[in-house]
Amino acid sequence: MATQEHAGWPARLNVVTGKGGTGKTTVAAALAIALATGGRRVLLVEVEGRQGIAQLFELPPLPYEERVIAAAPGGGEVNALAIDAEQALLEYLDMFYRLGMAGRALQKMGAIDFATTIAPGMRDVLLTGKLKEAVTRTVDGRRVYDAVVVDAPPTGRIGRFLNVTAETARLAKVGPIKSQSEGVSAVLRSPMTAVHVVTMLEEMPVQETTDAIVELRGLGIPIGSVIVNATRAPMLAGVRVSQAEIRRGLTQAGVSADRDTVAGLVTEAKAYQTRLGVEAALRDDLAALGRPVVELPALVDGVTREGLDILARTLLRAS
Amino acid sequence: MTDGSCGFDGVAGYARTVMSDHAGRLRSPQLDVDKLLADPGIRIVVCCGSGGVGKTTTAAALGLRAAERHGRRTVVLTIDPARRLAQSMGLSALDNTPRQVKGVDGDGGGELHAMMLDMKRTFDEVVLAHTDAQKAEEIFANPFYQAMSSTFSGTQEYMAMEKLGQLRARGEWDLIVVDTPPSRSALDFLDAPARLSRFLDGRMIRMLLVPARVSGRSMFKLASASFGLFTRAVTKVLGTQLLTDVSTFVAALDSMFGGFRERAERTYRILQNKETAFLVVAAPEPDAIREAAYFADRLAHEQMPLTGLVLNRVTTVAAPAISAETAQAAAVRLDGQSVTADVMRVHSALVEQRARQRAVTERFVSAYPKVPVVEVPVQAADVHDLDGLREIGRSLSGA
Repeated sequence: MATQEHAGWPARLNVVTGKGGTGKTTVAAALAIALATGGRRVLLVEVEGRQGIAQLFELPPLPYEERVIAAAPGGGEVNALAIDAEQALLEYLDMFYRLGMAGRALQKMGAIDFATTIAPGMRDVLLTGKLKEAVTRTVDGRRVYDAVVVDAPPTGRIGRFLNVTAETARLAKVGPIKSQSEGVSAVLRSPMTAVHVVTMLEEMPVQETTDAIVELRGLGIPIGSVIVNATRAPMLAGVRVSQAEIRRGLTQAGVSADRDTVAGLVTEAKAYQTRLGVEAALRDDLAALGRPVVELPALVDGVTREGLDILARTLLRAS
Repeated sequence: MTDGSCGFDGVAGYARTVMSDHAGRLRSPQLDVDKLLADPGIRIVVCCGSGGVGKTTTAAALGLRAAERHGRRTVVLTIDPARRLAQSMGLSALDNTPRQVKGVDGDGGGELHAMMLDMKRTFDEVVLAHTDAQKAEEIFANPFYQAMSSTFSGTQEYMAMEKLGQLRARGEWDLIVVDTPPSRSALDFLDAPARLSRFLDGRMIRMLLVPARVSGRSMFKLASASFGLFTRAVTKVLGTQLLTDVSTFVAALDSMFGGFRERAERTYRILQNKETAFLVVAAPEPDAIREAAYFADRLAHEQMPLTGLVLNRVTTVAAPAISAETAQAAAVRLDGQSVTADVMRVHSALVEQRARQRAVTERFVSAYPKVPVVEVPVQAADVHDLDGLREIGRSLSGA
């Protein structure tokens, strides 16, 4: 197993967040492939029960069980796990108390539902606990995974999700949950962890990216890269588009066009240029965050395995 | 033309009678937003749909148009607006009291007020409304209340509906425009009140109250063995202090169960009322359209009035005479002559995008052929002032 880290992506626990709709799951999967490149073993985890990974790789729904879902260039492998909070709770209780039958009784009574609801963040405690376990797991003194990539909750909830262990320590003043929580909290605040924020060049995602980074900094949780998804190479930048120019060009290309069409083309080009201006301003906002910014191209043919590989290569090149 | 206020004409109530015969138009009837906003029988407009489709902007634009064009005293309840959009309405912080928006043309007698939902404060108000001050203080101080009032999944949805109920009860406005929370699923806000009241009413909560209640009731007999195990396990895992906090919290809330459920049910009835109009907001993208379809089904099932679909961010093609293929071929031929070649590339991308959007939207249109639709062109820049909202309002009204 290769143990060398990919430069630029030094963290072992890579938490991928972003506003909903920015392609968080796609980027998490691409990052998992990237980090597995060159014979490494990576675990891609989903925590929200959406089965987004299965959909992305066109697989049947993933069980609560780690399994290989994709190979990476150079002999690497990507494993996937969909964490189910209820299963994680039973596993967790079993770790401390051999509950057996009682565990099933609890499940039947809705106790699990209850516990994950009334103890706010209990669900997140379990999920983050599982992440720590996967990152630090060893067999015969060797780490099982070179890296873990998490398709995490969106920007609006990421701070709460990652900080839940600190919250829990406040609520549970004693007991195994307290010590467990402190252990998780320490991992999440160590250089082992990096939170990457996925965005697009639109106002709301960029605003949420900024808010999330400010929040995470306040919580002392390390921030990795800002990943700008679905970018396109700019055209017509700084060019003056006139009707005369277009008319000339169309004639040369042998395309006949009436007045309205020429005027329409100018309108389209100007709207496009306005959009470019907005995008440039948003790029400046992102650069001002002081974190590495990686731009990923828009996938014209939708998200296919080839598309994921393109994104994975771009992520590696960026490092 | 049917009278929108009669309530029995369902989805066709605010369609324009003249169907547009433009080539490339959708087959759906066109939504008549002005007729809806002008109708005195309509007191609530709920904008729903998945996140990131411009719901808040649509709500704000509708509110502004209702105030300026239709002379209505309007309030817009927003949940989580983009900062610049909030600023355009003079909102700078979470604030549970509607504030009048400055710069609104009130010549027709209309006014626009706006507020951003403060989830925690709304929850506090509900508690205060149902218990005495001393008990309320105890509840507020409980760490579980603090956590639940700001993190319980569904609290935001519940509080948005609660706030709507409050605004409605005050009777100060002709029209309330509500933006719904950016839920993972567009349907969450319909389910949240029921979920919360079911939770507060639930069996587990009752069990925790057992020590304070009559013991030995039959429903507990069966469970008592495992329940003993449960309390032991919980006590061991969480510690006694935590369990005490939970029971105190639950006992304190106990007196309010009835109140919670009743409020949730009242809000639900308001939503079913014919004075309420639901607009599903979507963008012409597969996920948003799928959510919109779920929503249309769900509203029909709940007997809630779906008035129309607002399709935001529709790509406009200003030079439809040139096809994508022609443009691409021209771009290849002109290579080197960059300006026109790039203009052709921009144009061909627009035409193709428009075609994709049309295909996606067609899925909704063919499933719900009677639901009126209005298309709002994509804005080159984000809305950040009232003029921007007016512009969207004009698009919404089909102007």
